[in-house]
Order: sequence, then structure tokens, then C-alpha cells
Amino acid sequence: MDLKEKLVSSFLAFENGVDLDHPVHDIRTEAIKNFETKGFPTKKEEAWKYTSLNTLQKIDFSIFPKKESMLEYRDVKKYFIHEIDTYKIVFVDGVYSSFLSETTHDGVDVCLMSSALNKPMYKQIIDVYFNKIASKDDSLTSLNTAFSREGAYIYIPKNKIPKKPIEIVHFSTGNEAALLLQPRNLIIAEENAEMQIIERHQSLTSNEVFTNSVTEIYAAKNSNVDYYKVQNDLTTASLIDNTYIDQKDGSVVKVHTFSFGGKLTRNNLNFYQNGERINSTMKGVTIIEEKQHVDHHTLVHHIQPNCESHQDYKGIYGENATGVFNGKIIVDKIAQKTNAFQQNNNILVSDKATINTKPQLEIFADDVKCSHGCTIGQLDEEALFYLQSRGIPKKEARALLMYAFANNVLESVRIPELKVRINKLIANKLGVRLGFDL
Amino acid sequence: MLKINNLHARVEDKEILKGINLTVNAGEVHAIMGPNGSGKSTLAAVIAGKEEFEVTEGEVFLEGENLEDTSPEDRAHKGIFLSFQYPVEIPGVSVTNFMKTAINESRKAKGLEDMPAKDMLKLIREKSEMLEIDRKFLSRSLNEGFSGGEKKRNEIFQMAMLEPKLAILDETDSGLDIDALRIVANGVNKLKSKDNAVIVITHYQRLLEYIVPDFVHVLHNGKIVKSGTKDLALELEEKGYDWLKQETVI
Repeated sequence: MDLKEKLVSSFLAFENGVDLDHPVHDIRTEAIKNFETKGFPTKKEEAWKYTSLNTLQKIDFSIFPKKESMLEYRDVKKYFIHEIDTYKIVFVDGVYSSFLSETTHDGVDVCLMSSALNKPMYKQIIDVYFNKIASKDDSLTSLNTAFSREGAYIYIPKNKIPKKPIEIVHFSTGNEAALLLQPRNLIIAEENAEMQIIERHQSLTSNEVFTNSVTEIYAAKNSNVDYYKVQNDLTTASLIDNTYIDQKDGSVVKVHTFSFGGKLTRNNLNFYQNGERINSTMKGVTIIEEKQHVDHHTLVHHIQPNCESHQDYKGIYGENATGVFNGKIIVDKIAQKTNAFQQNNNILVSDKATINTKPQLEIFADDVKCSHGCTIGQLDEEALFYLQSRGIPKKEARALLMYAFANNVLESVRIPELKVRINKLIANKLGVRLGFDL
Repeated sequence: MLKINNLHARVEDKEILKGINLTVNAGEVHAIMGPNGSGKSTLAAVIAGKEEFEVTEGEVFLEGENLEDTSPEDRAHKGIFLSFQYPVEIPGVSVTNFMKTAINESRKAKGLEDMPAKDMLKLIREKSEMLEIDRKFLSRSLNEGFSGGEKKRNEIFQMAMLEPKLAILDETDSGLDIDALRIVANGVNKLKSKDNAVIVITHYQRLLEYIVPDFVHVLHNGKIVKSGTKDLALELEEKGYDWLKQETVI
């Protein structure tokens, strides 16, 4: 049985475990129909031309984990930003771990999607927000919607700021030979609310994991959301991240994506500017090697006038790694005075590494500022010689140059401890110990 | 200190150095002058070990040791320093952190521990004061957004920090106003001792008024066509290079 058939037939079993009378279940039923019609995307589709899901579909993934797994905090501490106090929503093999988590209802809600779906007090919010900005057309999003029942639920009321950053962490333990995970997150910032979120997916063994995640973020008037995605997984872990962001007047949403590892990583990052004076920022650093594959597909839809968007993605590809960047910007006819900036710079460290980069601009307004640029190059030999002539060995010199290349993306990281961590991950990736703390 | 025998070097198929002979002893200052494209910067880069240039004939010795197949970093560890004509910008790495890395890598190569932070700070303070460098400057990203003069001053600051045996200054005077030139030249003079040597590459006599050479060599078409004392520089300033080119033909 192929993976699609297995998923469709599993939906009946899934229905046994959820409330069929809840309005969300109608949404799920619609979604499984869409997935059944469309199936997994193929390379024939323009948006999937360079990313194939064929190999993944041949793996016999478990859809519902059978065994419960326990993790000791000390064994997984290093995957948290443990230097600071954070709220934590932690899942082990897709199941919520209350032991590793620290949730709150103190003025703000940092808790679980399952609670939000099951408890009557959240029903109104679910009715208003659930699956409203997520695509009803995209087959992978539909697949997630059909099986949605667990994930993070974060609700920050008007004028509130949580006391600390929020970490959403998914561990997979390898208790199943191959595991499919489909977390579903709903994040709402009401007017003037602020929050910082760090999301990480971490496989703890070399058993196959395939995560198809959907996150909906609603940023109301003048709210401010910082979202950091740390993708530094094993080469047997694949991730398709579908993130949909709805922004209202004056809101600022920044998403940083750090892609340092994984077998196949696809980031579908979609911003919809439903208001004026909005700022949407997307930044990314990708450093991969071996046969790893990272695909960034961004979309910014400028629907209203006087908004801006900034995209800055840097990629360093070694060995046989492959990368994709596709940045789509749509500016509607009424979205005058739009300022859209997009940049994608890449360094190929090996002859066998490849990157396919494509800006895709659809502009219907006439008074806008849109700029885009992409570069693909090698390390600057003159710069390398400069560093070597100061006594810095070639390997360290290369690392320093790569660090410098990626550096400006890190400048906007607003959690200092996270910045230090990312710097260390980069130094680690580049295989060097530099003479100072990166 | 430095001995160059019949040095030939090329980049791709183009021969640039066509038999250079040069001896520089400890305590000496040598100036190398010559028209554009004569091979001055190539000579500097070949001494510093730039791999882009292929040495096809001849040798370079530093303190009696043949530098053939020695990497640029190893040459730096042995005491060669090249002040670049166009220093490279490294965003995200401060001048201070860059110097820490450079010094500690050199120490590591010599089997020494990292320099204690306290000593490093003291050294940085001392050398930056000597070159009249503002403390704020040291926390800026290396060469990023620096003016031409700041870049050159920063090169000499690095030289002061690394204390090389042989310093090669490649057109350090270009892009400097007269005040900056004086500061840079003073710095070089203070660093000079009987145990080290300096090679100054320049187009103009101007810098040589401040850094007074013991010998002046004229490079033309990949060869040293004339050597003399500091008076040769004055003669060149007056007459230009054309008379030398003609002499060579004869």
C-alpha cells in the first residue's frame, strides 16, 4: 500500500479518537477529500520541480505511534535554549509531554491544540481562526488539517506580552521504525500583543521521521511576533513546514529559519498582508552538506497599500547538497506604496552542490518599490588569502568567511542566548574552533 | 633575512616576474618602485605565498629557509606580513576578534597557549594608541565601511600587533592624506628595529620622505632594472620612468 492510500484509509481509524460533532471535524472531512483527490505533489508541479517526495512515499511510516516514550530532561536539555527561562510545549513522538513542558494560563494561553479543540471555552476562538488562513487547496496542508488534533496553541490577549519566550519542541525517539508526525499549531496575537517563539524538530535516533507541520499565525493590529525555526535535524529526518501568517494594520512579524540539517526540508512560508503599514520579514541561513536538501518557498501577498516586506536568505551548500529558493511576491492593484525587498545569496563550496533560485514577482500596482537579487558564487579567493596572510589557517579562514557571509541574517535575532546558540551551531557546522565566541 | 634568487612567476599563461634577484638584510628598509603593471604587487603576493601565482623558476629564502610549498599562513607564522593595497572587508568579525584569532593561530602554530585576555587587551591598547586609533574603531567589523585611510591604518595596526620579521607594505600610501600618511609612517618607523626589515612598494617618492629607505629598486617588466640609494627615488620623481625603459632596451 502506498503512503497516500495508507493515510486515506487511516482516516477512519483516526475518526474513532476525535469528537465527530465538533465543527472542526467537517473541516477535517473536507480536507481528507482534497488530499485524496490531489495526493502528494509531484515534480510535474512547478512549485515542486526541484523537490521530490517520491523516496519518502516508499517508506512505511507509522501514522499513530503505538508505544509511549519517556525522555529524561537531562538527555534532551541541549536541544532547549536552557540558558534562559522559557515556556515549553514539548511533544515526544507526537504525544504531549507534560513532564518536559511548561505551559501557562496566567494572562496568556500557552498550551495545547488538543485542549483548544476539546474545551468549550476555546470554541469561539477555534471557530474564528482554525484553518482560516491555511490553504484549503494545498494537498499537504489538507493532509495535516485532516489529521489535526495536537500541536501548540498560543493565545496572547490585547496588550499582553508573555513573561518569557516560548519553545515548541518535537522529539522523535525512534520507537517506531518510521514515524509520520503532523503537528498543527495555532498562534494568535491580539492587538498590541507581543511574543517570541522558537520551534525545533529533533530526531533522537536514525530511524526515519517525516513531519508535515502546519502553523497558522494571526497577528492583529500593531502586534509583534518573532518566530525562530531551528532546523538542525539528523539526515534521516524530513520536514515539510507549512506556515501561514495573517497580518493586520501595523503588525510586525519576523520569521527566521535556520536550516542546518535534515534529509529533506521544505519551508512553505506564506504571508498575507490584510491591512496597512505592515512589516513582514523573512530571514534564513542554510548551511548543509552530504546529500541534504533544503527548499525555501516564500510567498508575500501585498493586499493593502503602504506595507513592506523584507526577505534575506543566505545559503552555503557543500558536498552533494541541493538547495532551492523560490520567492514569490504578489502586489495587488490597490496595494500602492508597497516596498518589497528580496535577496538570496548562495555559496557553493563543492562542485557537486546545486542551488536553484528564482524570484517570482507579480505586480499589479504601479506605484511600488520592489527589488530582488540573487547571487551564486564561491568563496572570494582574495579574501581567503588576506586571512591566511594573517596566519589564519585555510580551514578557519574559510569558516570565518562563511560566517561573515551569513552574519547579517543573525543581527536581527532578538534573543541573545539564541543568537549565541545559532553562532555555535554555525561554528560547529563549519567544523572549526575560532579564537573568539561566535 | 630575505633572499630571492632568479624568481620567475606567472599567473595562468602570463609570465609576470622574469628573474628577480633581491637580498634584504635585517635592519634594512628597501623601496620597490616602478610603473603600473611592472610586477610590484605580484612580487609582494609571491613572497606572501599567494597560490594563484605559480613560481616557475628560482627561490625565495627567509632566514635561510626555502619557502617553496609553504602556505600563506605558515609564512605568516614564520614572520612575513603583507599590508594589502586593497584590504578585504569581513562583516560580522570585529577588528579585535580578528586580531585575537590571528595572534592565537600564530601561537598555536608555535605550540603556545592562547594569549591571556588581559595581555591581549594591553597589547591592543598599546598598539592602537601608537597609531592614534580610536577604541570604538576596534569593535567595528573588519574594514567594513572603513575609509581608504582607515583601512591602511588598520593594516599597520595589524602589523604592529603581529610584529613580523619582514613587513611588505604594498602601496600603503595610496588613498592617504598627509596627516594619515604621517601617522602610518611614524607607526612603521617605531616598529623598525635592527632585527626586522621592511619592503615598501610605492609609486611615489612622497612616502619615502617619511620612511627613509636604505635601498631603492626599480622594477620594470618583471625585472629589477636599477638599484640605488634613496637618491634614485628622487631622480625617478623628477624624470619619471621612461628614461629607464629606454635604458633597458639599450
